[in-house]
Amino acid sequence: MADLLQFLVSGITVGAVYALLALGFTIIFNASDVVNFAQGEFVMLGGMITVFALAAGLPLGLAALIAIVLTAGIGVLLNKLAIEPARGAPVVSLIIITIGASIFIQGVAQIVFDKQIHRYPGISGDAPLRFAGATILPQSLWVIFGATAVFVALWLFFTRTLTGRAVLATANNRLAAALVGINTRYIMTLSFGLSAAIGALAGLLITPITLTSYDVGIPLALKGFAAAMLGGLGNPFGALVGGLLLGVLEALTAGYISSQYKDAVAFIVIIGVLFVMPQGLFGRKSTERV
Amino acid sequence: MRLSPKLVSLSVLALLALVAPMFFPSGFYYRIGALIFINGLAVTGLVILIGYAGQISLGHAGFAGIGAYACALAPVHLGLPPALAVVLGAALSAGLAWVVGRPILKLQGYYLAVATLGLGILISMVLTNESQWTRGPDGISVPDLGLRGVLADMGWRLTAGQFWYWFSALVLFIGAWLALNLHDSPTGRALRALHGSEVAARTVGVDVARLKLNAFVISAVYASVSGSLLAMMNRFVTPEIAGFMHSVEMVVMAVLGGVGSVLGAIFGAAILTALPQALTMFHEYEKLLLGAVMILVMIFLREGLLPSILRRFRGKEE
Amino acid sequence: MSLLQVEGVGIAFGGIKAVDDVSFAVKPGEIVSVIGPNGAGKTTLFNMISGIYLPGAGRVMLDGQDVTGLAPHRLAERGLSRTFQNLQIFQAMSVLDNAMAGHHLRERSSVLADLLGLPASRRRTRATRASALQLLERVGLTRAAFREASALSYGALKRLEIARALALEPRILLLDEPAAGCNAVETEEIDRLIAEIAAAGTAILLVEHDMKLVMRISGHIVVLDHGVKIAEGDPAKVSRDPKVIAAYLGTDAAAASREEGADADG
Repeated sequence: MADLLQFLVSGITVGAVYALLALGFTIIFNASDVVNFAQGEFVMLGGMITVFALAAGLPLGLAALIAIVLTAGIGVLLNKLAIEPARGAPVVSLIIITIGASIFIQGVAQIVFDKQIHRYPGISGDAPLRFAGATILPQSLWVIFGATAVFVALWLFFTRTLTGRAVLATANNRLAAALVGINTRYIMTLSFGLSAAIGALAGLLITPITLTSYDVGIPLALKGFAAAMLGGLGNPFGALVGGLLLGVLEALTAGYISSQYKDAVAFIVIIGVLFVMPQGLFGRKSTERV
Repeated sequence: MRLSPKLVSLSVLALLALVAPMFFPSGFYYRIGALIFINGLAVTGLVILIGYAGQISLGHAGFAGIGAYACALAPVHLGLPPALAVVLGAALSAGLAWVVGRPILKLQGYYLAVATLGLGILISMVLTNESQWTRGPDGISVPDLGLRGVLADMGWRLTAGQFWYWFSALVLFIGAWLALNLHDSPTGRALRALHGSEVAARTVGVDVARLKLNAFVISAVYASVSGSLLAMMNRFVTPEIAGFMHSVEMVVMAVLGGVGSVLGAIFGAAILTALPQALTMFHEYEKLLLGAVMILVMIFLREGLLPSILRRFRGKEE
Repeated sequence: MSLLQVEGVGIAFGGIKAVDDVSFAVKPGEIVSVIGPNGAGKTTLFNMISGIYLPGAGRVMLDGQDVTGLAPHRLAERGLSRTFQNLQIFQAMSVLDNAMAGHHLRERSSVLADLLGLPASRRRTRATRASALQLLERVGLTRAAFREASALSYGALKRLEIARALALEPRILLLDEPAAGCNAVETEEIDRLIAEIAAAGTAILLVEHDMKLVMRISGHIVVLDHGVKIAEGDPAKVSRDPKVIAAYLGTDAAAASREEGADADG
């Protein structure tokens, strides 16, 4: 029982990060129909910028803020320089562009930062808490808290604010949104910025647990992508469920079956689900129009 | 008279392969040439899948892994001659592609991308983790093909680099010939048709599911043979051959060069294989440059390098 | 016996009945038109007949056999072929290749033969090419044969779609607004083409907005409104039907026409 609890806690912690990644995929996909494989780099940047800001002697709060703002800016640049000019390109080209962006950002990071593995202490220290026989890092709670806060804030944003509704309208039908006067280019910029900021937040929260280096982005992006597809691309609720499900399944596999194959779970599950539900768990079913 | 594109492509390919060694400053360049041809082979398979049929795969390195490890393991454990190990690898790849392709190819666009990506990653994970067979992430040595010895006995002595240069050129030439045959055949037309419009292809009688599966299986065999050649040339293989980055590399080569044509894709393979060699001085900047090239080509030369260059030339003539 | 028989087919999208309980029949060599205002469900009806949508109710019979829900490529094997309202051209292929692709069922061969470029495969391609060139001549596209399809005008693409559909040598051809967006000259060409096809024995089911064209060439007309069949018969009968007039001109006109009728009766 204590084992199970332990696995669930670590699963939910990792799952929260996957959910934030999946959310980032979803926000950008909704605004632009692009699956942004560079999403993992935002997580890397969030962690790395914080590391180097701390090393420069800044307090954690300020370092985190700088990391989030800078990463959001990089997200906006990515949109302006690589995505907007490629409007209307086929899926294959868009995949190559965002993977290219991912490699490019890694290339810059290894020069600007370094190739070492880094970490910094958790927000509330690194002394584990004991609960019902399971040990929990206080940072895990921060990760879960952070993810919850993001999802609640986003839900309020989408349902209560005019801009949020404009984002939803754009996701639903870009042409119609443009026709009623929504500036869809602005929505795209906003979505990239928001998505990058969410990625950075995930990165700076998880770094004390999983460590970071310039090349952590791609594996994270793949997991986040799988989580987003699992939930159904384009659905924020699906991103949450897909992320958590993936995290928990991984932790249970590592605990009960084989830690070597824990990374396989994501892809076995995603292939299995797509066989049965080609649009993911909560994806929109599309009718062919001819 | 109009020369057929097939004849032109094959002639250009043969001519370049024959002439290039005259300009090699050292034996080392034979290896780079061979690497280009071997990558070109995998990429030619992707021309059939992506260029003709319009289906994406981010997992084809998995099949290269199967081909490579078949050559590492079958001679040792099954006592197969290395040449037959290549065939065994190709058959395994084809079989797996056939079984998995049926459900996977119902998916479209990004969903197909994630499913193929998952397939590739699972294969690379098996190769990494089943270390009692594969010796794990550190890799395993691969027996020699043995053909070079036979040639030497016949009085035709080649260095390893030279042998792999000519041998892989020959295999690529055959691969390109097959792919070009396919282009203007009934099957090729049906593949290109379903690329253009699946609905319309169905209404003219194309069994879309069957044809996509054909393309998937054929391209898997190309990737597998390419993996076999790579492993045998290096006499060594690690699970990285099946990894995500290798899958991406293949797709990037194909699309960058021009995935619509065999020659274009091979051109892409040549550029991306040679580029890192040329840039060894800038090793620090390799990732940065590669990423930038990928983005810029896709934005400014959407059809890929070769078609865009050719178009510009034709534009000037007119 | 009728070649195509549609029996009470219907389909709903998200609870809204797009087509409801529509029945009619097409005899061999006959030209039947389906007309109705925008959004009447004509294209949806076509999509159900050609196997793209699975009908929620009713059946489609081809040659007395139930073909409801059969995949489009199976229907093609049974001699049903179609064109699309929003063009579905193979854009990246040449005009000739588009027409050749229509021959798929007649040139099908083994993948291995195609890869190896065996003589059998090449012979088939040659035969297809000759036949495709003839078809292109028939629709007046010979000179464009080697151009990329995406370079053609709208009207030419409409004819290319017809050529591609004819390549199957269908027994029934579904044409979805073949003259939409065409100028007067192009419409006339398509008019002539349809008449020729029908004269050669192929039954035609036509969706078209150009009433002059419909009235001139149809043997039988089915009228849909809001997914329901409101009238059917020969052109003369349909054009006098008050319900049809109402559907096209709005209820005021229909009321007026009813009053007229009443006056005449009285």
